[in-house]
Amino acid sequence: MDKYEKKILAITGGVIMLFLFSLLYAKVSRRIDLPECTPYSKIYNEPKVVKLDKDLYQVFVVAQMWQFQPEEIYIQTGSTVDFYLTSKDVVHGFNIFEKNVNLMAVYGGINKMTVRFDEPGTYHIVCHEYCGIGHHNMEASIVVNSKGAK
Amino acid sequence: MQISRSLKNVILIELFVPITLLILGIYHGLMQTIYRSGAIHQTSAAHLDYYQGLTLHGVINALVLTSFFAVAFGHATMAFYLKREPNKFVSWLSLILMVTGTLLAAWAMLAGKASVLYTFYPPLKAHPLFYVGAALLLVGSWVPLFNWGVLYSRWRKEHPDQKMPLAVLGTLVNFTVWFVCTLAVAYEVVVLLLPWSMGITSGVNVTLARTLFWFFGHALVYFWLLPAYIMYYTVLPKVAGGKLYSDLAGRIGFFLFLILSIPVGVHHQFSDPNIERGTKLFQSLLTFAVVVPSCITAFTIAASLEYAGKKRGSKGLFGWMKKLPYLDSNNYLFAYLICGLILFIFGGLTGIVNASYQLNSVVHNTAWLPGHFHMTVGGPVFLAIIGMSTYLASTLTGRKVFLPRLNVIIPYLWVIGILIFSTGLMWGGLIGEPRRTNLGMTYLNPASSQYHPQWVPTTMLALAGGIIMTFAGLLFFIVFFGTVFSKKTIPAQLIFPETTAYHDEKRIAFLDSFKPWFAIMLITILFAYIPAMYQAIRNSGADAPTFLPYNPSPGSK
Repeated sequence: MDKYEKKILAITGGVIMLFLFSLLYAKVSRRIDLPECTPYSKIYNEPKVVKLDKDLYQVFVVAQMWQFQPEEIYIQTGSTVDFYLTSKDVVHGFNIFEKNVNLMAVYGGINKMTVRFDEPGTYHIVCHEYCGIGHHNMEASIVVNSKGAK
Repeated sequence: MQISRSLKNVILIELFVPITLLILGIYHGLMQTIYRSGAIHQTSAAHLDYYQGLTLHGVINALVLTSFFAVAFGHATMAFYLKREPNKFVSWLSLILMVTGTLLAAWAMLAGKASVLYTFYPPLKAHPLFYVGAALLLVGSWVPLFNWGVLYSRWRKEHPDQKMPLAVLGTLVNFTVWFVCTLAVAYEVVVLLLPWSMGITSGVNVTLARTLFWFFGHALVYFWLLPAYIMYYTVLPKVAGGKLYSDLAGRIGFFLFLILSIPVGVHHQFSDPNIERGTKLFQSLLTFAVVVPSCITAFTIAASLEYAGKKRGSKGLFGWMKKLPYLDSNNYLFAYLICGLILFIFGGLTGIVNASYQLNSVVHNTAWLPGHFHMTVGGPVFLAIIGMSTYLASTLTGRKVFLPRLNVIIPYLWVIGILIFSTGLMWGGLIGEPRRTNLGMTYLNPASSQYHPQWVPTTMLALAGGIIMTFAGLLFFIVFFGTVFSKKTIPAQLIFPETTAYHDEKRIAFLDSFKPWFAIMLITILFAYIPAMYQAIRNSGADAPTFLPYNPSPGSK
């Protein structure tokens, strides 16, 4: 190994360490994480929106060919939402791109993600996994406003 | 060297079959950019449905072309560097299995009975013959490995003190990874999906099937890539006019791929339920270890090119870049390989984004992903495959390359096309544009209530890039088939540009034997995958029945 090769290995090692540090810093200190793994239970097969507290919601989303249930979700500005997601049939996707909420809906699996909505507006949920001939129709929305209702 | 007619035919058929199918694969690549841009608002065109065509595009371009080429190139490198021909029966058996498998799967896809995309995630069900075809293609591509292993051990007995040729090391590493990773997908296809699709079993564990698929799926990308890496180490320095900077670097790089290609597959499932965060984090960290062999390669190849440029009389720190034979039509492999490397810089960097645990949530399953992998499998891999296919077809049959001046500009056109195309896709991905979606029906249809005008510029860029890529592809077909069907004018032989090493290090026993590396590979895989499989089984609910792409009711026929 010549001196240039040693240098490049050291630089590679340094850069990788920097990447790993950033990744762990974001996870541990900033608490930015992947979806939470929740053991399967049948209770999540019933779509619903539950307001647990004045700024805390629990939303059970069921993805199916080719719609999300519930299709429109109303949330009060400044609330935190726990999304629980499952699929009644094939694999679907669940992407709220403004919020970096990016989940797969899988038969026999429960995916959980917590997200806070501080800005009022309409957020689209787009299915981003191919789920059959109606895939391109599969979209839902979250309306965030001061009332948390229509 | 001269090779037998039989081996020559095996190699040529293994180039001819997938490149003929590639016409359909590239056609539907272009069609997708048209549908997605909203230029048409249709579910199908010319009797080919969007998702059916997308399945064909993925299966032909990413599975059939790559597997056939890897086997053909493997036969050629083993025969050339070991001076021994692979067994006739074994090489024909492999070819027949692969062709049969491809035909069965092609029938299922073209008949519209397998529009499940190349990842065929259950519980979306394909026709059983699609699964049978996929299994035969995989098994057919394994078969030669066992014969090559025998060739290598015979060579080893006769040359106990010599380092094994780098190309042989690369080929054996590649097919070992391939054999191990395809065991998982073969289990998925043969044990889980085939009986389920035939109604013998009633359900399938979807997360387990996905985990088995990605055990295979990420190693698959290295299976695509390693033939290109072999060319970077053993062909590129020579055609650039220099030497390989370090022979040892190549050996270390290949062995690191042997260990690290498989135990990183869960990074495709960061958004999946049932697999716990700890398992995902561990495999994310392991993925960063794969950056090491890629950085070693980037440095070694750049240093080899610098050496070549300096030998050609360049001056200054970056002068060597100007002296390389970019447009030398007699030396067209240089153009194909350097263009692949340029794309791979971006392909590699975007890959690091995908592997980065949280960052993956920004891009997962958006158009960013095809933007990324068209700069890997659609970049260095594709260019190495088509460049080397023209080269092998020309040298093995003794035909001069048809339209050589045109041939040498194809890779540059391709680079321009891909860069525009991938910019569009990745930009779109960052603003939520989904992949694998016929956007023209709804999201890019101004008449639809679901119209998303922010994706107009991104899909238009992808369309522009797609048109340039298709044009480059068309020129390639003209050159390839023009070469094959021209008259024999030069001696037919199996020959590769042979590179010597600038630093030709002494033989190190540890880096010239597979055994220690096999052991490390096995342990790493067990460490990474036992927790993933266990969680996929323990956390999952009931098994899923079958669903057809056009029918939401379970078990429909």
